[in-house]
Amino acid sequence: MPANLPARLCSLLLSLLLIAFALPAFAGPFEDAVAKFANDDFSDTEEAVGVIASSGNKLAFPIISALQDGRLMADPDSKKVYVTGTDGKSIDAATGEAVASVPDSASAVRLNNRLRRSVDAALGSLTLQSPDVGTRLQAAQSVFKSHEETALEAVDAALAKESNKSVKTALGEARAAILLFKSDATEVEKLEAVATLKARGDQEAMALLTGMGDQPASVTKAAASAISSIQSSLAVWSTVQNAWYGLSLGSVLLLAAIGLAITFGVMGVINMAHGEMVMIGAYTTFVVQEVIRTRYPGLFDYSLLIAVPLAFLVAGAIGVLIERSIIRFLYGRPLETLLATWGLSLVLQQAVRTMFGPTNREVGNPSWMSGAFELGQITITYNRLWILCFTLAVFAILLAMLRYTALGLEMRAVTQNRRMAASMGIATSRVDALTFGLGSGIAGIAGVALSQIDNVSPNLGQSYIIDSFMVVVFGGVGNLWGTLVGAFTLGIANKFLEPVAGAVLGKIAILVLIILFIQKRPRGLFALKGRAVEA
Amino acid sequence: MTPHMLTRSLDRGATIFLLVVAALGVLIPLSNLLLPAGSFLQVPTYLVALWGKYVCYAILALAIDLIWGYCGILSLGHGAFFALGGYAMGMYLMRQIGTRGVYGNPILPDFMVFLNWQKLPWYWYGFDMFWFAALMVLVVPGLLAFCFGWLAFRSRVTGVYLSIITQAMTYALLLAFFRNDFGFGGNNGLTDFKDILGFNVQAEGTRAALFALSCLALIIGFLICRAIVSSKLGKVLIAVRDAESRTRFLGYRVESYKLFVFTVSACMAGVAGALYVPQVGIINPSEFAPGNSIEAVIWVAVGGRGTLVGAALGAVVVNYAKTFFTSGVLAPYWLFMLGALFILVTLLLPKGIVGTFNAWWDQSKEKSTAASAASAAAEDGVTEPKMAE
Repeated sequence: MPANLPARLCSLLLSLLLIAFALPAFAGPFEDAVAKFANDDFSDTEEAVGVIASSGNKLAFPIISALQDGRLMADPDSKKVYVTGTDGKSIDAATGEAVASVPDSASAVRLNNRLRRSVDAALGSLTLQSPDVGTRLQAAQSVFKSHEETALEAVDAALAKESNKSVKTALGEARAAILLFKSDATEVEKLEAVATLKARGDQEAMALLTGMGDQPASVTKAAASAISSIQSSLAVWSTVQNAWYGLSLGSVLLLAAIGLAITFGVMGVINMAHGEMVMIGAYTTFVVQEVIRTRYPGLFDYSLLIAVPLAFLVAGAIGVLIERSIIRFLYGRPLETLLATWGLSLVLQQAVRTMFGPTNREVGNPSWMSGAFELGQITITYNRLWILCFTLAVFAILLAMLRYTALGLEMRAVTQNRRMAASMGIATSRVDALTFGLGSGIAGIAGVALSQIDNVSPNLGQSYIIDSFMVVVFGGVGNLWGTLVGAFTLGIANKFLEPVAGAVLGKIAILVLIILFIQKRPRGLFALKGRAVEA
Repeated sequence: MTPHMLTRSLDRGATIFLLVVAALGVLIPLSNLLLPAGSFLQVPTYLVALWGKYVCYAILALAIDLIWGYCGILSLGHGAFFALGGYAMGMYLMRQIGTRGVYGNPILPDFMVFLNWQKLPWYWYGFDMFWFAALMVLVVPGLLAFCFGWLAFRSRVTGVYLSIITQAMTYALLLAFFRNDFGFGGNNGLTDFKDILGFNVQAEGTRAALFALSCLALIIGFLICRAIVSSKLGKVLIAVRDAESRTRFLGYRVESYKLFVFTVSACMAGVAGALYVPQVGIINPSEFAPGNSIEAVIWVAVGGRGTLVGAALGAVVVNYAKTFFTSGVLAPYWLFMLGALFILVTLLLPKGIVGTFNAWWDQSKEKSTAASAASAAAEDGVTEPKMAE
């Protein structure tokens, strides 16, 4: 087709050009440098590395990385140098042509510690100009960490060409790190370097500033002020990070406890099998994902959206069943209910263990829930963020339901005064069944969310049950806001104690604090007010 | 059943119970030691240890029944007192190992040498002396229960709230004892015991003696509980169980009564744990697991809450069933059975085996004497005060 002719010509020309470049034209400085490896003399090798690294030849990277790994073979007789690939095939280092075999007289070019450093720096600067942004960024960061003076030229060269903003910043920081440690850098340069590091403001920048050694007085002074500013900003960020972790943990606690709060608040029933409802929700997610994987792989990203209503229905139906068959016979005997539901939790656990096996089941993250993004100095993972949003949404819906629907009104009436509600014509036993179903259903939804961050195993529920109780008892019964405040307080307190006391001691401290708190306010933070002697 | 009838019907049962325990405590060790091995009537040593374990559980069940059955305090953390008593005894046994440990350190137990500790932590001092360890078996659980109860009862934490914070207590202890730097052997706990009072813990004679001692402890514990519940104090406890506020309004210091009985109960649990450890040869943090404490409560419920004989009987029956089922082909179904037991007992047999039997016995006896008086007795047994709105 004629329309394609110019394009074809172009590509032909381009390939010719490429061949021309690949061909060894003349014995230039690059080839001379390569030949120096054959001397196997440390100073010759160093010189060769310097020349090759700055030559811009595309063989430079394979040669120097081969040198680093001991795969660069030199033949002292013929002065030829070969690169043995990791796959066993070899090429001529000067020309890039494949060779059948490396002669027996060739031996690996040796390195000493000093050389190894310059090889590392050379490799770093070579990757600084790689076409891939990620590689460049990584290279710039590794130069920042090593801050070898030898890399300065390469960094400057890369900096001049760089167009990507984040790589440019990283290069600037790498340059600052080098200058800070360079003995013959001017005072102005060093002050600029300190300012750049101050702007970076993280742990590593602070480590460089504290470990920079003897410097002119003005630089030392600037560094001291930079360190204190970094320190205060780091303290702020670590507080933010703890707060975020705390919010995240709080949302998980809230999600697990909210259903418990409803059943306990309305019915005065301690449901020890609540954790197992969470587990059932998680296993529902597992089953949904299995079906999707085998039948409709395209729907995987929607698996959670499908699982949420299903988990609600499954766990809710089981909840209603439990209420009708066991719990309604035990009203007015809260301690017996506690024992019976504990027995029920054993049965449910063992049933799931028999059906799905005792080991963890794989529940995947949909694409929109995996990954993370950076916010200042902290990393926020998408799954934690979604769970927080999801929890708040569930909370809001539940609150609206209690406030604006007929069932909600009846539930509140029964919570406040069961006998009076019954006298006003509310079918309290129906409300009980529905409440228990609702609480269980919400536990099932919690299971869907928790399947994303925890192991789905028959013991999933047990690990949450005590924490959920703590939240409910701490927050107070009969008030969802109490549960919200309780969950987030405990979550945040836990995460702020963790760095101080360690994870386990922090948890113990929280438990002890709750036990002490209960002494002060036996009915929790937000207790229902009433005049009954035995509330 | 009125409390009066309860004590009267128990008198007969109590005598039988005490006689049976005393007979077992004498006959089983004698048969184990005197009869030739393999003889039909000889009780093998492993069975002595196993039944010794049951007897310790029976003491724990008595302790729980004393507070739950007679005072309405449902503790879901009694396993913690049991385990603390066990740890006190375990520490004594560890100190007795001396240079026979793997590392041969005369002072430090093996796990401390392994963790590179230089000297014994202060709280291990004194545990090389038996009298001190025996004292600690009572003092440590008792003190914890006293502090805990003092805080909880004074601020009127009752019902399920109390149950939940006792559970939190044992859970916190579980987490703490799992830590290596807590100084109690981390998750391996204390084990590899050699001697108790100079006798080899593995020896048949020692095992038989421990069994006899456990039976003696059960008898003493039973008599103490009997003395408490049949005294005037016991009547107040039952009043607290059935109507706490009313008792308070009548002028009794409810919290003092509760505190007293809670502390006594914790000490008993500690003794049970101390006898348990040398017989099973290990104590580790899993004894603090909340599930264990709840399981102990179900022993009491099965046997009969509010009947001391029933509590001890329930512990033996449930644990015998557990041993029987978990060692056979039915092992995967044991949790189903245990779970169903929890549900069925609370639903269908709220008075437990002994309570139901007593009610039936009283009813049939009274029917034969005076048909008119029978109706009142069968009705209210041991029921919770209804939760007010």
